[in-house]
Amino acid sequence: MRVMAQMSMIMNLDKCIGCHTCSVTCKQVWTNRTGVEYVWFNNVETRPGVGYPRRYEDQEKWKGGWARNKRGRLSLRGGGRLKKLMNIFNNPDLPGIDDYYEPWTYDYDMLTKAPQSTQSPVARPKSLLTGKNMDIGWSGNWDDNLGGSQETAAEDPILATMSEHVKMEFEETFMFYLPRICEHCLNPSCVAACPSGAMYKREEDGIVLVDEDGCRGWRMCVSACPYKKVYFNHKTGKAEKCTLCYPLIEQGKPTICSETCVGRLRYLGLMLYDADAVLAAASIENDHDLLEAQRGVFLDPHDPAVIAAAKANGIADDWILAAQNSPIYKMISEYKIALPLHPEYRTMPMVWYIPPLSPVVDVIKSTGSDGEDARTLFAAIDKLRIPVEYLAGLFTAGDVVPIEASLRKLAAMRSYMRDINLGSEPDEAIAASVGMTGTEMQAMYRLLAIAKYEDRYVIPQAHLETARELEELACSLDTDGGPGMGGPGEARGPYAKTPGMPLNSTVDNYNEMRGENHMGGEKTKPTTPGRLNLLNWTGGAVPPGMFPPKDSGAPA
Amino acid sequence: MTTWDILLWVAFPYVAMAVFVVGHILRYRFDQFGWTSRSSQTYENRLLRWGSPMFHYGILMVFGGHVVGLLVPKEWLEFVGVTEHWYHLGATWLGSVAALLTIAGIVLLMIRRRLTPRVMLATTVMDKTMYALLAAVIVFGTVATVMYQVLGAGYEYRGTISPWIRGLLIGQPDPSLMANVPFFFQLHVLSATTLFLLWPFTRLVHVFSAPLGYLWRPYIVYRSRDARNVGTGSRKPRRGWEKSERPTPDRERVPR
Repeated sequence: MRVMAQMSMIMNLDKCIGCHTCSVTCKQVWTNRTGVEYVWFNNVETRPGVGYPRRYEDQEKWKGGWARNKRGRLSLRGGGRLKKLMNIFNNPDLPGIDDYYEPWTYDYDMLTKAPQSTQSPVARPKSLLTGKNMDIGWSGNWDDNLGGSQETAAEDPILATMSEHVKMEFEETFMFYLPRICEHCLNPSCVAACPSGAMYKREEDGIVLVDEDGCRGWRMCVSACPYKKVYFNHKTGKAEKCTLCYPLIEQGKPTICSETCVGRLRYLGLMLYDADAVLAAASIENDHDLLEAQRGVFLDPHDPAVIAAAKANGIADDWILAAQNSPIYKMISEYKIALPLHPEYRTMPMVWYIPPLSPVVDVIKSTGSDGEDARTLFAAIDKLRIPVEYLAGLFTAGDVVPIEASLRKLAAMRSYMRDINLGSEPDEAIAASVGMTGTEMQAMYRLLAIAKYEDRYVIPQAHLETARELEELACSLDTDGGPGMGGPGEARGPYAKTPGMPLNSTVDNYNEMRGENHMGGEKTKPTTPGRLNLLNWTGGAVPPGMFPPKDSGAPA
Repeated sequence: MTTWDILLWVAFPYVAMAVFVVGHILRYRFDQFGWTSRSSQTYENRLLRWGSPMFHYGILMVFGGHVVGLLVPKEWLEFVGVTEHWYHLGATWLGSVAALLTIAGIVLLMIRRRLTPRVMLATTVMDKTMYALLAAVIVFGTVATVMYQVLGAGYEYRGTISPWIRGLLIGQPDPSLMANVPFFFQLHVLSATTLFLLWPFTRLVHVFSAPLGYLWRPYIVYRSRDARNVGTGSRKPRRGWEKSERPTPDRERVPR
């Protein structure tokens, strides 16, 4: 048993309102640069829909992920090592930029600089690739809210696999949102496909990253990722992908998409898993068994044997504690309500989803029935084959049994908690009907519906003591007797001067710089109010208070 | 032997060799982020799908031919049984196939680059210079071969150009060998030398990152974050760029 820790995410799809705040903040942080205009590390798709890039789930065409060969072994669907090298001059499975969309801007200048004329000026769309006028015909989110889906939804690869015909008439269809980021897989096919060895999985937290210095732009990762979450920067010629905001995660803070999520539907936490068991689990024969196989790879963080093995493998105590408190572990392994996206790609994805009950509830409500009654809901889950089958196509390789089990638990929680909210006695039979107790039901309710910040994000800080803490380097003068003595290092309460203790240096430094440290930063306060203590200036931009006001007459 | 001969066939090649070697080392050390083929496949793939493999496989064959023709002495080949006749047959036929592939490929690629607006706009001045030089090298080489080898009586470059190059490489240059070489062979050699001079500063550096190690490495790569903090990226920090650290008083006491 080789215990490794994986930082993972779960999204509760019932709460997603499709506002795209996650996408927008992610873009502002990571991809607002030339060359990645068309790139969305985080995107939100309306399902049924074709997704981004178009039809990315059609692996017959894109050849992403792993396939199990006749000998029962995994091989890259796009071909093995030799085939990759033979195709290195032209990647046959690479999506073109038009499969995402041609990035554009608007000619905003016209609005203010156009000469006087009888027509009002318009800002025409201009291609960011050619600079010429263009007609916008597709984008990363073109079929938002089923817009135009009567035309395009037939291209949805999941609908194509379903046995029942799905009408796309507005009154009869169902809809939900699917936010997607990189899955930070346990068995990442992008890493396996990189000829340069520049892509890697971090030993400490399992985050999959691209070494931008080592990347040579062969683009094999882009086609090998079945989720199409590795992108080619057409300006720098290098691959880029979601980093799970590792600079934030290392400080114990949630990713930007999670932090800004309006619906508070994202959860972050650790999973402990047995790295030696991954390949066998991913190679299991039947696609329907992959979900259970992946669950089997995860380790119980409360098990003394696991704890001992984790410690032996260098996992720190606070990380084991974080794994025990992980909301991810609760939802994947205890409640079993979370499911992976497309387990049949055999990459062992680590961003899981709680399937949405809302398509079912919506139908019940539209018929005038009670959408919170357990029996009605259970009956509807059994009867409404179309949404359930569709969800199975996304999350369980087509197996409706785990989808139904998860939805029934969500339905039971809904009914059980309604009784409590209305002041009547909770019906324990409802909890029992899905194999849970009332206490568990309430704990799950607290995690899913109340969803407090500290319950959603259980993120242990990174341990950098073995390699010189970056934050400490920023204040290397804070040694005993050094000129910066009494700076941030002094002000850290019980942990002061403990080398390698995690610290939130950016906020501290900022407050210090402005003389606003409330934790005993007396010595670093500037002598004149409103002025800056230069010792705390980190260089770069000129902060307010660096120079005296012009009319003060004070010496500069 | 004139001053020109020495300049063209000794000084210039050695300058190019020095720039080639030092340039690559410097670029590898200071600009790994720029070390890529800067593929334009996402912009356009209809022409690239044919042009790129044709050119690349062709030029690899051409490279192989040059190694055999220039670096391996004639006597060695004859020792292993490759006679003049067989050498000539191989060079003519394989060389023709390689040349056809390469020329068709590069023509396709250049047309594509010029006529696809997306690709053209992503082309730098250095790219254009490199394309012009590369095309010149290929054209001069082909013209020389067709003129002297195929149509003409045949020129025995293995008696002049090949020993000249081997002399350069082992540090015993003999410019007189090149003085009477036919004009187009001279042009071919000079344009190639210029290309080598510019090589480290173009996208051609991607030639040296042919990822052969991929055949043997394990599929899933793990790296430690701690290792990253020691340097930047996967590399060791450059000398003089190591992260600052507090002096360890103990270090003073370590017996030397």
